[in-house]
Amino acid sequence: MSTMIKMVRSFAAVAAVAIATPVFAAGDAPHIERQQWSFSGPFGFYDRGQLQRGFKIYREVCSSCHSLKQVAFRNLASDGGPGFTEEQAKQIASEYTVIDGPNDDGDMYERPGILADKFPSPFPNEEAARASNGGAYPPDFSLLAKARAAHRGFPWFVFDAFTQYQEQGPDYIYALLTGYEEEEVPDGVTIPEGKYFNHSFLAGPAIGMAPPLSEELVEYTDGTPMTVEQYAHDVAAFMMWAAEPHLEERKKIGFRVMIFLIVFAGMLYFTKKKLWRNVEH
Amino acid sequence: MAHTDQAEPTRRDFLYIATGAMGVVGAGALAWPFIDQMNPDASALALASIEVDITPVEEGQSITVKWRGKPVFIRNRTETEVEEAKAVPLDELKDPLARNSNLPADAEATDANRGVKGNEKWLVQVGICTHLGCVPIGSSGDFDGWFCPCHGSHYDTAGRIRKGPAPENLLIPPLEFVSDSTIKIG
Amino acid sequence: MAGHSNYVPQSAAAKWLESRLPVISLVRGSFVDFPTPKNLNYWWTFGGILFFMLIAQIITGVVLVMHYTPSTGAAFNSVEHIMRDVNFGWMLRYLHANGASMFFIAVYIHIFRGLYYGSYKAPREISWILGVIIFLIMMGTAFMGYVLPWGQMSFWGATVITNLFSAIPLVGEEIRTWLWGGFAVDNPTLNRFFSLHYLLPFMIFGVVILHVWAFHTTGNNNPTGVQPKTKQDTVPFHPYYTIKDLFAIVVFMILFAWFAFYVPNYMGHPDNYIEANPLVTPSHIVPEWYFLPFYAILRAVPDKLGGVAAMFGAIAVLFVLPWLDTSKVRSGTYRPLFKQFFWIFAANAVALGYLGAMPAEGTYVLLARVCTVYYFAHFLIILPMLGFLEKPRPLPASISEAVLKGGAGKPAGATAAPDTK
Repeated sequence: MSTMIKMVRSFAAVAAVAIATPVFAAGDAPHIERQQWSFSGPFGFYDRGQLQRGFKIYREVCSSCHSLKQVAFRNLASDGGPGFTEEQAKQIASEYTVIDGPNDDGDMYERPGILADKFPSPFPNEEAARASNGGAYPPDFSLLAKARAAHRGFPWFVFDAFTQYQEQGPDYIYALLTGYEEEEVPDGVTIPEGKYFNHSFLAGPAIGMAPPLSEELVEYTDGTPMTVEQYAHDVAAFMMWAAEPHLEERKKIGFRVMIFLIVFAGMLYFTKKKLWRNVEH
Repeated sequence: MAHTDQAEPTRRDFLYIATGAMGVVGAGALAWPFIDQMNPDASALALASIEVDITPVEEGQSITVKWRGKPVFIRNRTETEVEEAKAVPLDELKDPLARNSNLPADAEATDANRGVKGNEKWLVQVGICTHLGCVPIGSSGDFDGWFCPCHGSHYDTAGRIRKGPAPENLLIPPLEFVSDSTIKIG
Repeated sequence: MAGHSNYVPQSAAAKWLESRLPVISLVRGSFVDFPTPKNLNYWWTFGGILFFMLIAQIITGVVLVMHYTPSTGAAFNSVEHIMRDVNFGWMLRYLHANGASMFFIAVYIHIFRGLYYGSYKAPREISWILGVIIFLIMMGTAFMGYVLPWGQMSFWGATVITNLFSAIPLVGEEIRTWLWGGFAVDNPTLNRFFSLHYLLPFMIFGVVILHVWAFHTTGNNNPTGVQPKTKQDTVPFHPYYTIKDLFAIVVFMILFAWFAFYVPNYMGHPDNYIEANPLVTPSHIVPEWYFLPFYAILRAVPDKLGGVAAMFGAIAVLFVLPWLDTSKVRSGTYRPLFKQFFWIFAANAVALGYLGAMPAEGTYVLLARVCTVYYFAHFLIILPMLGFLEKPRPLPASISEAVLKGGAGKPAGATAAPDTK
C-alpha cells in the first residue's frame, strides 16, 4: 500500500508540474459564454416547451436554408423529445411535402409526409444549396450541436471531464446567433460583399448567414418573451435534442448504473478484505 | 472458502451471497441491451403500417405490395371465385380456422371470415406459404387459388390450404378501409 | 501455464476428459491454483482490467457491426441510425467509443507499472515484448476503428496516417496506393479498414494468451522485484486475486460509466460529427488523445522520413528496453536515482501528449523537440548509465520479509495477530 500512496503522491507532483507549464494564449479565438441549460448535468432533461418553441423557430426561420436530415417526424412524438402527441406529429408531417417514388409509371411524385419520413431538405443537394447561398453551404442541423465547439484550452478541458460540461455546442450556437453586432466592424477587419460580421463565428469573423433572428420574428403564444436571446436559447436547445435525442434516457440510466457500481464495488471491497484477512500483504 | 470462521459464519456467508447476488443482477441487467438491440428498431416499427390505393385493381386482378418486408397479395375477386370459395363445406378444410388478424383467434374459416369485412370481394393476405416461407404463385393450383412451387401446397380462392404440406391458411394481416379506395394494412 | 494445478479429476466424466484434453487442469493451473506473489499492489490489477476491456470491446463491437454499413455513402448515416433508432444503440456505441479510451488509459498505466517495477527484465523479456506487440496491434485497431464512422476526423486522420507510409524510400508511394486501394482514402480503404478492425482484436486475444503464458512460466514480477522463494511468499490466484481484480474492474467500470453516460463526447472530436468531405480539411487535425505523444514526436522532426522514423522508433525502442537497462535490480522501489528519472520520464510523456494536441508552430515545436530528445535519451543514455552510476538500496531477502518490514501503512506485526473478529 505504501508504494501505491507514494506513487499517487508522485503522480500528483507530475500533474502539478504539467499544470505549471505556461498556458499559451489561444490566439484571438472568440470567447464563448456559458449558458444555463435544463439538459446539463447528471440529472439534465429537455424542457418540452423550449423544444417546441425551438422547433417552431427552426420551421419558420431556419428550415428555408438548413436541412434536418437525420430527424424523422416520428421523433417529434418520441420519448425524451419535444413532447408532441402522435396526432400532432402526424399533423406536422402532413403539412410537409415529401418526394416519393418511383410509381408504377416510373415517375417520382409528391405526397404529404407521414411519421416514418425524415424531414425533407430545402435543397436537393449541396451544390444547389451553395448556389442559392452565395457559395456558402448552410450546414445540416441534425448534428450541429455536437459538431461545433470552441476550444476550451488547458486547464479548463481537464475540469470539464469532472464538471460534466458537455454543452459547448449549444453555447456556441447561442453565441453565434447573438453575435451579430450593430456596431462598427473593428479596425483591420474587412467583411467581403455579401458577408456579415459576427464576433462569435469560429471560422470568422465574416459569416455568410445574414442575422437570422430579430425581435418578435416568431410568434410565441405561451407568454415567453419574443427576444433574440430567447429565440437563440430555444433553437439551440432544439438543436441539442436533434443531435442527442436519447440524452434524457442516457443520463437516467447512467445514474442507476453509477449507484449500482458504487454499491457493488463497496460489497466487493468488503468481500476482498474478508478473504484476505489471514494473509499479510 | 477453505477458511472456517467459527465466530460468525452466517455474517460472512451473507456477505458472499449478497455480493454474488448483486453480481448476477448486474450481469442480467447488462445483458438486456445486448439482446434488445436485435429487436426491430424504431425506424422499422415506424413503417409497421402502410396505406394502399386500390382503385387501379380491376375485378379479377391482383397486386402485390410490400408490408414489413413481406409480400401482401391484394386481390379483387370475381363472382365465380367468391361462389367457389363459399361452396366449400367447412369439414373439407385442412385448417378450420380463419387465421384473420382482425377476428378472434377461434373464428371459423368461412369465406366471409376470410374476405375484407363488408367488402368480401377483396381478399388481402400475407403472401407467405405457411409451410416454410416461400411466396405462392397466384391463379394456379388444383383449387384455382394459389400454388406454392417450393413444396406443392395448394390454396383455394379464399387462400385456405387444401392440399400439400402447409399446415395453415394464408395469414390475413390487420387491415381496414380508410376510404373506398384506400386500404390501411398494419 | 499448466503445471501448477492441484487438480485431480474425481468423476468418471472428468477423468475421461482429462486423459484426452486436460483443459480443466490447464485453466485451474493458470487461474485457480496458480501461485501468485502475495504482495501485488493495485497497479497489478490493470492486467485483469485490460482483459475485461478487451472482452467488452469485442462484445460491443460485434453487436455494433450488426447495424453498421461499411460504405462511404452509408457509413455516417448508419452510425446515426445506431445512435437514434437501434434499441440501446446509443449506449452500445458510446460504450465502444469510450471503451477504446478506457482501454488505452489502462494500457498506459499497465506499461508504466512495468517500467517502474522492472517487469521487462530477465527472465520476463518475452512477456514484455509480447506486450509491446499487443500495444502496436491495439494502436492499429483503434486507428482503423476511428475511421469507420466516416466523419471529417475519420477521413483526414486516415489520410494523414496512411501518408506516413509514403515517407518510406523508393516504395513509399506504391505502399500508400496499395493501402488505399485507390488514389485517395475512399470506399476500398474504408472496407479494408473495417475488415481489419474486426480481425485485429482476435489477434490481440491470441497474443494476450502468449503474454500470460510467458509470465506464468517465469512467475509474476512483484513490487519488490525479488523472486518468490517459499510457499509463504505466494497465495493461490483464486480466490485472492480473482476477488481483488474483480473489485478493481468494478471500480474501473465506475470511471468508464462516467464517461460513457455523462460525458460521452469528451474524448471525441466535434468534427467527427460532420460527414467526411474529401474536398475540405478541418483547420486543426488532431489524432485521438492516446496517439498524441507519438504525434508530437512525429511533428518534432522537420523531415518527412525522419519524423516517421522517430515516431516508429519511439515504439521500437521499447522492444530492446530489456537490454538497455543495465541495472541488476528490478524494482524501482530500491533504485533511488531511477525513481526520479522515471517520474521525469512520465512527466515528459504527458508533456508530449499536450504538445501533440497543440498547433505545430512557434514555442510548441521547440518544446516538442526537447521532449522528443529526452524521450529517447531516457532509454538510450539514462537507463544504460544508471546501472553503473546508481547505488541501489539493499533488497529484502524475500517477499515475506519485505511485507513484515515494509509495514504498508500499518504497524508491523499487527496483521500477524490472529483475526479475532
